[in-house]
Amino acid sequence: MSKRKGVYTGNELIALAAIDAGCRFYAGYPITPSSEIMEVMSKEMPKVGGGFIQMEDEIASMAAAIGAAWTGVKSMTASSGPGISLKSENLGLACITETPVVIVNIMRGGPSTGFPTAPSQSDVMQAKWGTHGDHPVIALVPGNAKEMYYETVRAFNLAEKFRTPVFILGDETLGHMNTMVELPDPSELEIVEREIYQPKEGEKYKPFDMSKGDVPPMGAFFRGYRFHLTGLNHDEYGYPTIDKEMIRKQQERMMKKVENHADEIVKNELFMMDDAEYIIFAYGSTGAASKLAAKRLREKGKKVGVFRPITIWPFPEKQLDEVIATGKYKGIMVAEANLGQIIFEVERVNKGRLPLKDLLKVDGTPVSPTDIVTRFEEVF
Amino acid sequence: MAGYINYEYYLRQDYRNLQWCPGCGDGAILQAFLRAVHELEISKDDVAVVSGIGCSGRISGYIDFNTMHTTHGRPVAFATGIKLAAPDKYVVVFGGDGDQTAIGGNHFIHACRRNIDLTIIVINNNVYGMTGGQYSPTTPNGFKTQTTPYGNYDNQFDIVKLATGAGATYVARETVLKPVILTKYIKKALQHKGCSVVEVISNCHINLGRRNKMKSPHALLDWIKEHTVPMSKAKKMSEEELVGKVVTGEFVEIDKPEFTEQYYKLCESLKGE
Ligand SMILES: Cc1ncc(C[n+]2csc(CCOP(=O)(O)OP(=O)(O)O)c2C)c(N)n1
Ligand code: SF4
Repeated sequence: MSKRKGVYTGNELIALAAIDAGCRFYAGYPITPSSEIMEVMSKEMPKVGGGFIQMEDEIASMAAAIGAAWTGVKSMTASSGPGISLKSENLGLACITETPVVIVNIMRGGPSTGFPTAPSQSDVMQAKWGTHGDHPVIALVPGNAKEMYYETVRAFNLAEKFRTPVFILGDETLGHMNTMVELPDPSELEIVEREIYQPKEGEKYKPFDMSKGDVPPMGAFFRGYRFHLTGLNHDEYGYPTIDKEMIRKQQERMMKKVENHADEIVKNELFMMDDAEYIIFAYGSTGAASKLAAKRLREKGKKVGVFRPITIWPFPEKQLDEVIATGKYKGIMVAEANLGQIIFEVERVNKGRLPLKDLLKVDGTPVSPTDIVTRFEEVF
Repeated sequence: MAGYINYEYYLRQDYRNLQWCPGCGDGAILQAFLRAVHELEISKDDVAVVSGIGCSGRISGYIDFNTMHTTHGRPVAFATGIKLAAPDKYVVVFGGDGDQTAIGGNHFIHACRRNIDLTIIVINNNVYGMTGGQYSPTTPNGFKTQTTPYGNYDNQFDIVKLATGAGATYVARETVLKPVILTKYIKKALQHKGCSVVEVISNCHINLGRRNKMKSPHALLDWIKEHTVPMSKAKKMSEEELVGKVVTGEFVEIDKPEFTEQYYKLCESLKGE
């Protein structure tokens, strides 16, 4: 591949990373601030012979991406708040059919049409609970241009590994920011390829086989064996069932396949935490701003470090608990561009051990290092 | 043409949890579909059957193809993804009148517009069967349903006109009473390159017939018979004679560029870029 060094927006990086990670199907519907992902896909996908389609809405885009996934390809869709609300219906179907698919949400202000051109982090809880029913979810929160690329690659890998939908939560700032980046040669990337299950002669493929560990092997249509998928509670063959035990076991396995493997999914950056007295807990573009704020606060004599999750779901409970349990810290401040979402998760782990303060911002401007410094000095 | 058909070969041997009321038209329509696949000698491996939610949506579970039972109204959108990713396969959609023309109406018209090579079989029983008989966009005027207790005063969709107006390139309509002709239409739809819509007028004697003074299943079938006319006969009838009648037959059969073919031609032209 030529011209791999250049100035790219975060949205462009997501699209290019997807193709490099082996994504060969994209279905979408335009929406600010995520449209550029689809625009790059419309240009690049036909060059690699993958499928690209602009659907009639986000419900349909999510559906098409799931349909394509079951033909054996890696697939993706992207949107922003209002579109994610529509995708949520079929996101549930992806969860219950255990379909690997990557969903990008370049977050903007909400609720409803909100503030289309403004960054926000107000969909982090939607990513977790946006569709009804108990379901697992993996969500990554890249914090800079490079991570928009590499976390997209990781999102595809996790989707394959755990046979489940994976969210990438960016925001308008990350999506539209131009950065000079050198992209790796795709051959240097660690990529989890889809292993399509091929049953032995006479063996009936079970898409939800509980004897094969937490993640049953993924099959595909048109491979000489046939099977059924449904949004209803189903047995190991994918057939609808009302068997209480079967429903319970399948539901629990579906949740546990993510919970039990949280250590493989969770990823954090601990920035200047070793000698810190205070913690700023922040993710995404606010995480990046927090690092600059920590440096400035240190110049002012405050020993501040940053706990920056790069995976937000599953929540880094164990890792945060270990940090708090050291007893080294005097306080923790959560900074996020919403009116308080992840702070409740932090408190769930903190359990009152450290004084917990917040910096919450929803005026349509990004959380800046100055905002963080000012607020920190107010509260600690 | 393959004559004898062993239906067992096409039905799932390990899943037989039939949810349909005895005498429901869904069974006869499924039979016509299986016969069409059999007579065309299409391999089961090369067919995906995608269905929505409703009694009609249950079809996909009973048959031994690559099957997906999706969300209410959305099967066409799932099928679009499958077809675009596997353009050389047969992708068939089953949905009810509610599934395809109410909640899924947008997907339905856009598949027609795109002329993507899907075979969409709309089972029109004029009611929401599965949820206990509420009125649908095709329930005739005056009919009583769970949500039109005083008789339906709302207007109807004509599915053939809807599909035609939206750009489907094969459009046919038949009733569940004419399985031989229905099989012929489904065969043509499967062979047609482009978006094919076959509307099948069916009977929900349980949730529509019984509520409208048609006590036996047969009474609703008689009603369907009385209210439909084949196109050949309709051509000789006056406008007054056609009032309240639904015409059956083949309405559209045209050649037009197909979506996936267009797309992969583009891919081919960009190769090496
Ligand atoms: C989003 C959503 N809304 C409503 C329902 C409830 N529901 C299930 S089937 C159905 C209607 C079925 O009618 P139709 O599509 O005509 O199919 P039929 O049962 O008559 O074959 C409805 C409203 C649902 N499953 N999902
Ligand atoms: S409720 Fe109506 S449509 Fe459903 S199975 Fe019974 S007869 Fe058929």
